Amino acid sequence: MKPRYALFGALAAIIAASSLAQTKPVEPPGGKYAKEAEQVFRSSFRVDNPKYWMSRLEQDETMRLCAQYRDNPPRKIGTQLEKANLATIRYPVEGKLIGEWKEGEKLAAVGTGGHIGFIQPDPPGRLRGGNCYACHQLAQKEVAYGTIGPSLQHYGKTRGNSDEIVKYTYDKIYNSNAFTACTNMPRFGLHSWLTPEQITHIVAFLLDPESPVNKD
Amino acid sequence: MIQALIRTVLGVVVAGACIGGVAAQDSKVADELAKYREALADGNPADLLEVKGEALWAEKRGPRNASLEQCDLGLGPGKLEGAYAQLPRYFADTRKVMDVESRLVHCMVTLQGFKQEEVTRQWFSKPGKESDIEALVTFIGAKSNGKPINVPATHPEEQKMAKIGEYIFYRRSGPQDFSCAICHGQDGKRIRLQELGNLTTREGAGMAMKTWPSYRVSQGAVWTMQRRLIDCMRQARWPEPNYLADSIIALETFLQKTATGTVMETPGIKR
Repeated sequence: MKPRYALFGALAAIIAASSLAQTKPVEPPGGKYAKEAEQVFRSSFRVDNPKYWMSRLEQDETMRLCAQYRDNPPRKIGTQLEKANLATIRYPVEGKLIGEWKEGEKLAAVGTGGHIGFIQPDPPGRLRGGNCYACHQLAQKEVAYGTIGPSLQHYGKTRGNSDEIVKYTYDKIYNSNAFTACTNMPRFGLHSWLTPEQITHIVAFLLDPESPVNKD
Repeated sequence: MIQALIRTVLGVVVAGACIGGVAAQDSKVADELAKYREALADGNPADLLEVKGEALWAEKRGPRNASLEQCDLGLGPGKLEGAYAQLPRYFADTRKVMDVESRLVHCMVTLQGFKQEEVTRQWFSKPGKESDIEALVTFIGAKSNGKPINVPATHPEEQKMAKIGEYIFYRRSGPQDFSCAICHGQDGKRIRLQELGNLTTREGAGMAMKTWPSYRVSQGAVWTMQRRLIDCMRQARWPEPNYLADSIIALETFLQKTATGTVMETPGIKR
């Protein structure tokens, strides 16, 4: 072998080894006890729980794989999940993706709804909001915002409201995993947590130039 | 006692004044919250519960008219100093990994002759209905104040429980796609104004674990770790696990193992 090729071969080997080291899979949570752990988790609930409560423990493919990879899946699996989630998105019957920003403003602030159990359940029919402020900065006047997600202040001001942006915004709220597999953000539309119409209101809150997200 | 009560009332009044001032500039919010906690810590209502727990521990009660003074929380019968800080752990007599609450209940059943359903019926307090378990756990916890958390999980059963806890920590489900890791897997994040600990690091888990049991101002009650974690499940919009369920003990084992080395500051006081 010519020295030049030998050098190339050695370099290639080093690169291969280092990239191998990088992609060395992280141990799934629970390790060899993962199966038993699932049993322990499921058997820890009251047997007289209503069936629909227990359905909240079910995992779809996205939840299962995200947990397995500690929310950091290899790109190949991430791409598959994103494709599958993109295919779930449904639109309002009338097709209009921008609703009323004032309605969206209310929904963004509501963090209640959907709690079950015997200790402190929400009354049936309690409004479920997007709870956007739990994780995002939005209107300037609201200082009690969380930082788990990026700031969305001036969301529309910086992005404009082209058809692409409107659709992306709707799609992202409907199913966040269509763009980033295993993101922390819930899939509001997929789980029918918010209706398509409610999502259009939040889209308006984010994009309307008159909305406090953009005006202040 | 009266002095403690006055301190408590004063503390709550000062806290009320501080929380009114929170709506300041965002950059000051964290500072304000720190001041608020400081003000609260000056008169922790949990101190009163601790006194009650001490009396309950020594009182002869139950069908066997026995006290809990011979209860073995892992360091030997009656040894309370640092006992909370080394739980959960494996107990050979029950062949189970037990946390402070399951072990306490075990003692109330085996030493005092109570029925488990009976002693756990009021496992957390409600307005006007105090909980003996809360008082006892507050007392036991305080006996570990200043002691480092020490749950190395070296016994195979403890190792297994820590791994089961890790599994549950990352497990996503429910209508919000939640897991514990969503909020507690990163450094330096907030939900609304509440700072979130990264429970996967020793620092974060230590910050979280060292102050329990803790008086929750928003709830007007002392919460035990079981109560805290069961409520996390509620917040995640899942059903509530049973009191003393293995899934909760597993999470505690995972968290205490991660927090090991952190010095306890209990009873704590929180939002």
